[in-house]
Amino acid sequence: MSTLKVHNLSVNIEDKTILNEFSLEVPAGEVHAIMGPNGSGKSTLSKALAAHPSYDVLGGTAELDGCNLIGMEPDEISRAGLFLAFQYPIEVPGVTIANFIRAAIQARMEDSKSFKAVDYYKELYQKMDDLGIDRKFTSRSLNDGFSGGEKKRCEILQMAMLDPKFCILDETDSGLDIDALRVVSAGVNSMRSAERGFLVITHYQRLLDYIVPDKVHVMWEGKIVRSGDKELATELESKGYDWIKEELAA
Amino acid sequence: MIKTNPIEVDRDKGNFHYNTDYEFDAGIGLSEDVVRYISDVKKEDSWVKDFRLKALNTFEKKKLPTHWATKDLENIDFDIIRYYLSKGQMPSRTWEEVPDDVKRTFERLGIPEQERKFLAGVEAQFDSEAAYSRMKDDLSEKGVIFVGSTEGLKEHPEIFKKWFGKVIPTSDNKFSALNSAVFSGGSFIYVPPGVKLEQPLQAYFRINAENFGQFERTLIIADEGAEITYMEGCTAPKFETSTLHSAVVELVALKGAKIQYVTVQNWSNNVFNLVTKRAMAHEESEVRWIDCNIGSRLTMKYPGVILRGRKARGEVLSIALANDGQHQDTGAKMVHAADETTSNVIAKSVSIGEGRSTYRGLVQMPGHLKHCKNNTECDALLINSDSQTDTYPAITVQGEDHSVQHEASVSKVSAEQIFYMQQRGLSEADAMSMCVNGFVNDLIREFPMEYSVELKRLIDLEMEGSVG
Repeated sequence: MSTLKVHNLSVNIEDKTILNEFSLEVPAGEVHAIMGPNGSGKSTLSKALAAHPSYDVLGGTAELDGCNLIGMEPDEISRAGLFLAFQYPIEVPGVTIANFIRAAIQARMEDSKSFKAVDYYKELYQKMDDLGIDRKFTSRSLNDGFSGGEKKRCEILQMAMLDPKFCILDETDSGLDIDALRVVSAGVNSMRSAERGFLVITHYQRLLDYIVPDKVHVMWEGKIVRSGDKELATELESKGYDWIKEELAA
Repeated sequence: MIKTNPIEVDRDKGNFHYNTDYEFDAGIGLSEDVVRYISDVKKEDSWVKDFRLKALNTFEKKKLPTHWATKDLENIDFDIIRYYLSKGQMPSRTWEEVPDDVKRTFERLGIPEQERKFLAGVEAQFDSEAAYSRMKDDLSEKGVIFVGSTEGLKEHPEIFKKWFGKVIPTSDNKFSALNSAVFSGGSFIYVPPGVKLEQPLQAYFRINAENFGQFERTLIIADEGAEITYMEGCTAPKFETSTLHSAVVELVALKGAKIQYVTVQNWSNNVFNLVTKRAMAHEESEVRWIDCNIGSRLTMKYPGVILRGRKARGEVLSIALANDGQHQDTGAKMVHAADETTSNVIAKSVSIGEGRSTYRGLVQMPGHLKHCKNNTECDALLINSDSQTDTYPAITVQGEDHSVQHEASVSKVSAEQIFYMQQRGLSEADAMSMCVNGFVNDLIREFPMEYSVELKRLIDLEMEGSVG
């Protein structure tokens, strides 16, 4: 059972406060969506939880299964079970997908266990087939020269192979055509389980037609200003964000 | 790659030293007497002794090339170096006959296993002379010669004299002159016409004594249509004072011959490694230098090919890793001297910590030639913000119908790449290693398999402690 519990998290980037005593709880088995206008702090939340070095955490806690992630190294957080699917996956020339995922799996293996290459490739190929990724991609350099859609599929492939406890999807729908969106969503949905939680960050309600959330939160100026069920996303889509800003100002 | 398995091969592998009694010792410092001593001990013909004495004179006259090269060269103290140390002149043909202390050293470095596994022949040089030299019997029956230079001069003077010093003249540079004066050891190889060696020949160069200078001299001749791969490996213990390694390697590829020369150098951080390597490529022949430089305090090495026959082909593939306190000054020279000759240079360098790598390239294509081609790619990867790289390509092309292509790039492992890889669970050091291995990977694939595995491990070890 993996619950993500963020409490009073404040985060600066270059002395500018982006998250201001942000709190959120995503119980195991649930999918929560965070929506909000540009600059509201959605991506900062995901980067800060993954301990990106450019983000300074000023205070607060972020617990995964009772373990406080704040202060841990990015790789320790990953091995503790938090996976972040990047909005803009980074290109790493020369490092092949197969070698990279293998290294990531080996990094979380106990020393006593031995890595079975045959099983690994069987699983990798199966998941690539599911996500509609050509098997030739195993020997391509990670994200190097990939189209936007290929990069996003590759993120979901890594997520599926690493079997994390909790997944954050940062604008996974951006740059996807409708077919890719379907495939990627199916990949995410197949990973939904009673043990695993998801936080889905998006601008658009469209993604939530495919990955149906249990809850929707609206973020504005570094805080959650409204929460509701999936209908909230539909409302935002038709009305835009301005009505929330107006309500807050009132 | 990521789990740090107990590693058998590493930078410290060569860092051990057994006390050794030397039967022959030319003493400390350089003089005519030292040169005469070396020549007398080897019982050389008078032409060799004269050649040496003339070279000594050239060495003394030549200045250090500090007008273009690093001033660190001035820190070499030629007066405290020992120029010749050996236990005897003739190498053993079986491991049993090798003196115990020398045998222990090479066994620890894994030489006999490698011979059993994948080599057609091995020569193991301990300080000045080969301690062991052996080649598979069927190759000697085909007329292949694989001996040390001392033995080559004695047993095969007619071939040796014909090519010796013809590719690299004594006066080429100060260090080729020094080598010509005091050379000892190295390999002499002759492959008869049409003989193609399927397995590589290997030489292993070991510096054992402190304040010692190793000056091996290698001469490889591949006769018409012959093919050979030669590999060399080098180590030395870490002494307090610096050590000098200054080799001269000459290759001759006659019509249609192919020579591939592979170097994996893993010197300790106090070695001045100043090596001159050049090949003469005749008609339709092919010479390929594959060169990997790890370790040393200063390496200066620019393997070259003189393409003097029509359709000759030269290639240099080079990897250099410069860590803290190291300067890898490497590159390539391609001198086109006949029509339709082609050359290819791919050089990759990685600078770690305060390490510095320099690429120097020379390509010459004179106007009277037709249809020559050169491709040069040099890529540098910087790991830390203190790391340094510089590139000096000199390409001179005259005439109308040549084709020249030059690409250079400098990249730095970015913080975003490392963060991305860490987010998947890799430690910072492992992420860094993967980036570096990824950067050099396409070149490492060109190495013989046994070497590429060792190389990857060496790179991982160099990366340890390089972050943060």
